[in-house]
Amino acid sequence: MQNGASDVLNQFRQGDVGAFEMLFRQHQRAVYGWIQRITRDQAAAEELTVETFWRIHRAHARFDPAQGFEGWARRIATRAALDWLRMTRARHVESELSAELCAEVAAPSAADPAVTAEIRSKIAQAFGRLPAKLRIAATLAVIEEQPHKEVAAALGISVAAVKLRVFRALRKLRTDLEKQGITP
Amino acid sequence: MNTHDEERMKKLLRQSLPPVEVEAEPGRDLWPDVLRRLDAGADAQAISGWAWFDGALLAGLVGLVAIFPSAIPVFLYYL
Repeated sequence: MQNGASDVLNQFRQGDVGAFEMLFRQHQRAVYGWIQRITRDQAAAEELTVETFWRIHRAHARFDPAQGFEGWARRIATRAALDWLRMTRARHVESELSAELCAEVAAPSAADPAVTAEIRSKIAQAFGRLPAKLRIAATLAVIEEQPHKEVAAALGISVAAVKLRVFRALRKLRTDLEKQGITP
Repeated sequence: MNTHDEERMKKLLRQSLPPVEVEAEPGRDLWPDVLRRLDAGADAQAISGWAWFDGALLAGLVGLVAIFPSAIPVFLYYL
């Protein structure tokens, strides 16, 4: 079984499309789920899953079977999602995000009654204005509560750098809210 | 920002943007899209490969003609 998996990885490395399809079928759910956590958008997650596997195939010759496929695929997926966040940031903030997030924040499950829906909406919008690399770290580490080690591996940075990005994201968020007259 | 503020901001953020309920699977089979993307990538590579080759050939020809203008009639003869 172990040999079989290793054969598939080696065949993929040599550019075999059959092996690539096997890996796609095996890992697409994990890749799709990870991207969905970052983008919070089902359609974008589908599109980026395709983009990720295209990038994976393009880089097949650089793949090291000893490092494992899952972590490598996740790193590529994270980069694709980060590119998407950067690209969509401007329009997302002003239009889609606000509408989508307002709907999302309207009925949170365990919300503090002192924090009104309007404040939650403003927090969500301010979060959308953060630079993509801070937003992705805070999304994964704070909102999705993924272990720092996994976030660090996906972003290709150290655990300390993840903590720093999260801290900077929260500080920027707080400053943005204070400018709007909201004291968190 | 102290630790208390940081924790408060984290809590507020989680309240404002709750974790997504991740769909187990994409809504459709994405493999045909991946294959289409691979084909499109291969076509683009082939096109860009030819464009590069054609460009280099043309640049070489222009350079040659610029250095040896007397070769123009010879080229025209072979065209």
